[in-house]
Amino acid sequence: MQVPAPLEYQRATTVDEAIDLLERLGSEARLVAGGHSLIPMMKLRLTDLEYVIDINDLHDVLGYIRVGVGEVRIGAMTRHRELLDSPELAALFPIFADAERVIADPVVRNRGTIGGSLCQADPSEDLTAVCTTLDASCVIRGSAGERVVSMEDFHRGPYETAVAQDEILTEIRIPVRPSGSSAYAKVERRAGDWAVTSAGAAVWMDGPTIVDARVGLAAVGPNTTGIPEISALLRGRAPTEELYAEAATIASSTCSPTTDNRGTAEYKRHLAGELTRRTLRQAVTRIEAGVAGDMKGQS
Amino acid sequence: MTTLDEGVAATTEDLETADNDQHPVGHGRMLRKEDPRFIRGMGTYVDDIQLRGMLHLAILRSPVAHATIVSIDVSAAQAHPKVKAVITGADLAEKGLAWMPTLSNDVQAVLATDKVRFQGQEVAFVVAEDRYSARDALELIDVEYDVLEPVVDVRRALAPDAPVIRTDLDGKADNHCFDWETGDEAATDAVFARADVVVTEDVVYPRVHPAPMETCGAVADYERVSGQLTLWTTSQAPHAHRTIYALVSGLPEHKIRVISPDIGGGFGNKVPIYPGYVCAIVASLVLNKPVKWVEDRTENLVSTGFARDYIMRGEIAATKEGKILAIRTHVLADHGAFNGTAAPVKYPAGFFGVFTGSYDLEAAYCSMTAVYTNKAPGGVAYACSFRITEAVYLVERMVDCLAYDLEMDPVALRRRNFIQPEQFPYTTKTGWVYDSGEYERALDLTLEMAGYDELRREQAEKRARGELMGIGLSFFTEAVGAGPRKDMDILGLGMADGCELRIHPTGKAVVRVSCMSQGQGHETTFAQIVAEEIGISPDDIQVVNGDTDQTPFGLGTYGSRSIPVSGAAAALVARKVRDKARIIASGMLEVSVVDLEWQKGSFMVKGDPGRSVTIQEIAMRAHGAGDLPQGVEGGLEAQICYNPENLTYPFGAYLCVVDIDPGTAVVTVRRFIAVDDCGTRINPMIIEGQVHGGLTDGVGMALMEMISFDENGTCLGGSLMDYLLPTALEVPHWETGHTVTPSPHHPIGAKGVGESATVGSPPAVVNAVVDALKPFGVRHADMPLTPSRVWDAMQGHPTPPI
Repeated sequence: MQVPAPLEYQRATTVDEAIDLLERLGSEARLVAGGHSLIPMMKLRLTDLEYVIDINDLHDVLGYIRVGVGEVRIGAMTRHRELLDSPELAALFPIFADAERVIADPVVRNRGTIGGSLCQADPSEDLTAVCTTLDASCVIRGSAGERVVSMEDFHRGPYETAVAQDEILTEIRIPVRPSGSSAYAKVERRAGDWAVTSAGAAVWMDGPTIVDARVGLAAVGPNTTGIPEISALLRGRAPTEELYAEAATIASSTCSPTTDNRGTAEYKRHLAGELTRRTLRQAVTRIEAGVAGDMKGQS
Repeated sequence: MTTLDEGVAATTEDLETADNDQHPVGHGRMLRKEDPRFIRGMGTYVDDIQLRGMLHLAILRSPVAHATIVSIDVSAAQAHPKVKAVITGADLAEKGLAWMPTLSNDVQAVLATDKVRFQGQEVAFVVAEDRYSARDALELIDVEYDVLEPVVDVRRALAPDAPVIRTDLDGKADNHCFDWETGDEAATDAVFARADVVVTEDVVYPRVHPAPMETCGAVADYERVSGQLTLWTTSQAPHAHRTIYALVSGLPEHKIRVISPDIGGGFGNKVPIYPGYVCAIVASLVLNKPVKWVEDRTENLVSTGFARDYIMRGEIAATKEGKILAIRTHVLADHGAFNGTAAPVKYPAGFFGVFTGSYDLEAAYCSMTAVYTNKAPGGVAYACSFRITEAVYLVERMVDCLAYDLEMDPVALRRRNFIQPEQFPYTTKTGWVYDSGEYERALDLTLEMAGYDELRREQAEKRARGELMGIGLSFFTEAVGAGPRKDMDILGLGMADGCELRIHPTGKAVVRVSCMSQGQGHETTFAQIVAEEIGISPDDIQVVNGDTDQTPFGLGTYGSRSIPVSGAAAALVARKVRDKARIIASGMLEVSVVDLEWQKGSFMVKGDPGRSVTIQEIAMRAHGAGDLPQGVEGGLEAQICYNPENLTYPFGAYLCVVDIDPGTAVVTVRRFIAVDDCGTRINPMIIEGQVHGGLTDGVGMALMEMISFDENGTCLGGSLMDYLLPTALEVPHWETGHTVTPSPHHPIGAKGVGESATVGSPPAVVNAVVDALKPFGVRHADMPLTPSRVWDAMQGHPTPPI
């Protein structure tokens, strides 16, 4: 049986208490939310932290999906299962259900949280790509107050985010723009495996013309922030297979995958293009089919 | 000549509506007797054993693959307040216990003394009051390693400049493990020389792991006053283990009791004796306390018996019309740092000699070179029937390669070359005597269930549209049930199995078997075997296994040998009891034994059905008052030791249909049709369960499983996130069927089936994937066929995995 090294356990019942504990306990303390990344690392003794601060009680205050004016706010403790089951997200951002269906397995999804996923910042992690694709921003709170950062600023690289040691991610805000939809696709070796490569796409249209589009990739480079060249290419154009192919070429050439057990760099580069093509096509198809990711999609 | 049971010729199984909740007095569908405790979580596994004062052992393992141990400082670990002992290889060496024999007559370090030879090798152990402290104290041991160049690439193991791994062996100057050959080289060369067509292909069967859900472990309890050692352990072969412990430790055999409680999956992983078991025993001897050791998932995956790891040069010779003439192969076998293969002594390559498959050949020859590398030892485990999975994979891949070159349908090619029913018993060119078979009947059922012609039509249409669909066939013959003691032993222990049956006075019974269930349902199947012979309900027959003090000697459960050997013993011991019951019945009915007729459960007087006695009445009489017929002792019991005259040869025809996404190269197994023939079927539900498990194994190996290493020899498959096992989402609804071709020499005509599906399914899946890739000019691609590796093949460069 793999068991963690000795450590102290604290339970925070409010956000302020969690921040206070982080400040008091210092750099050897970590928050544990769903725990599906941190606890295995602790059991394998790959971390040497001295304190875990359990924030699962904060699900009551940070577990929500709220549709507001022009944006959706998702509490950081919202669990994968809740994201997958949310009719609001399904209507506005079908990319969430696409992604959640292929994240790990039901046991992990019942417990893991969006905040934990983003803060773990695993380069193969799916929700970072989803949030990047949707141009989300992140609310980070510390004792000095709150700040809001874009995904580009939030995600600094593998296992590294803008959240300081004594701060906590509390909320993810996603703008809702008219006539948009989104999609996510992932290639894995087996259900529940980390992505070999995955891609998300969001498209906003005005009649037959793409107003804006964003693509986010996972597992093909040190960071998974969006690809501005693809957005620039697609804006003002009508969606065609040729256009998707051009976008795919950009996705393939801008990513920087490495060869590992999941696949060769060459293959992952190919997938980055292929999945970009597929998700763009799917997002556009959804808009055309009326599965629009905007407020009109709300029942 | 094969005897056919016409009543159950070729049957498609309908599992959706099958009624398994039946109560046969004998063979037939019934729910498993062990399941009420398993599905309630009330099984008792080694880690459930709790003894008063029990201490916990944890093992420090080498972080590097090859290094000299410069020094080990255990002082800080010893100072841990809850630590009772810290033991190193040097400590064991003082007791002469630093090395132990492997099942292949090699030696393996219990704890490393001189150097470490694979990453994960046992270096020291800690015994502490609880398992947490034991783990914590491991981090307090300071080992200084002088890292040596590792031998990771098996193809370079015999290079003149390769570092020598086994410096412990006197005069060892290279990494050569053994050479082995079978068949007639000259005759095979002659056939190849005159053949129209010769196809050569390099085929790799990667290293994979049995990965049972329960890892390995032991609780050792030595009582110094009585000198009695009790060892609860994850052992598929408790009797063999006890004898080996006695021979190695010097403890008298009668003072050692080995108990295998419930086992959570074995698949061969629990055949070897691992250093951890020995460490637990040593710790209990030293500390006079019970000591528990249970390895974690990483330890199981990184250090225990792996499987396969063969690089095979396959060659097949045929006429241009498709008559296969001969098969020739050279195998490079990676045995890791110690040769820990569990196989009969005369069979260092297991039963790989059946690589001639199900075909009537003129000649065959195999040569093999086995080498040491800086990887975990082992080499035969994982439901492979002693390397038959490698053999079947080779021949079934080569036949498909031949079909590719001849542009023949792989079904027609196989059909043309089958051994025919009238040729049985059939002696292969490598000396195996196949007992019985009717191959075309199984093949025909598979094709009928699959709708083969329609599938080929669909494939042609899809190919025209650029879609990738593949149809793969494999036909396998296994050799299971080791085995005749004139040929087969493990470390000098003959592979015959004992069995004891006792009928209690009230007509209930207990049957004691030497084999050991790891989930195969022995408590049900063996009760049914006895029930069929003696007419007592299986519910009234207790099956005892896994305790050397409670069961007769035998070699255990692996290589699908339980039914071929112990199952035969159970049937025969029941007949022996029935013979005695007949004499007692003759006394009770006051007629001659020849006037008695056995009808399952009772003897009746021929021609007078009103006069009969049940087996229960006979049992009471056997133990009761009054005289028994002259010369008959009281009691109703018997024992037997069954020495099989031959192996049994189950076979099957498997067909797999895959679709490949042309854009991502992701393989989806759409359909899988499996027709098995394991002779007489005792409990069809249990057979189906075994087949389903094995088919899933096969999809796993074909598509995702592999233990890989980096250039430093670090294992990259140390967790189940890295070593991928298939889930329900990767496998289709299994479509199964069966034919029944009884074994002529087995008392009830049964053949082993536990590993058939694991053996037969990988080539079916791979053949299907390769068939799907035919438009790309692909003739062969190696497992595991992950999306990336399939994509490589589609780009024109299929790459071996090692």
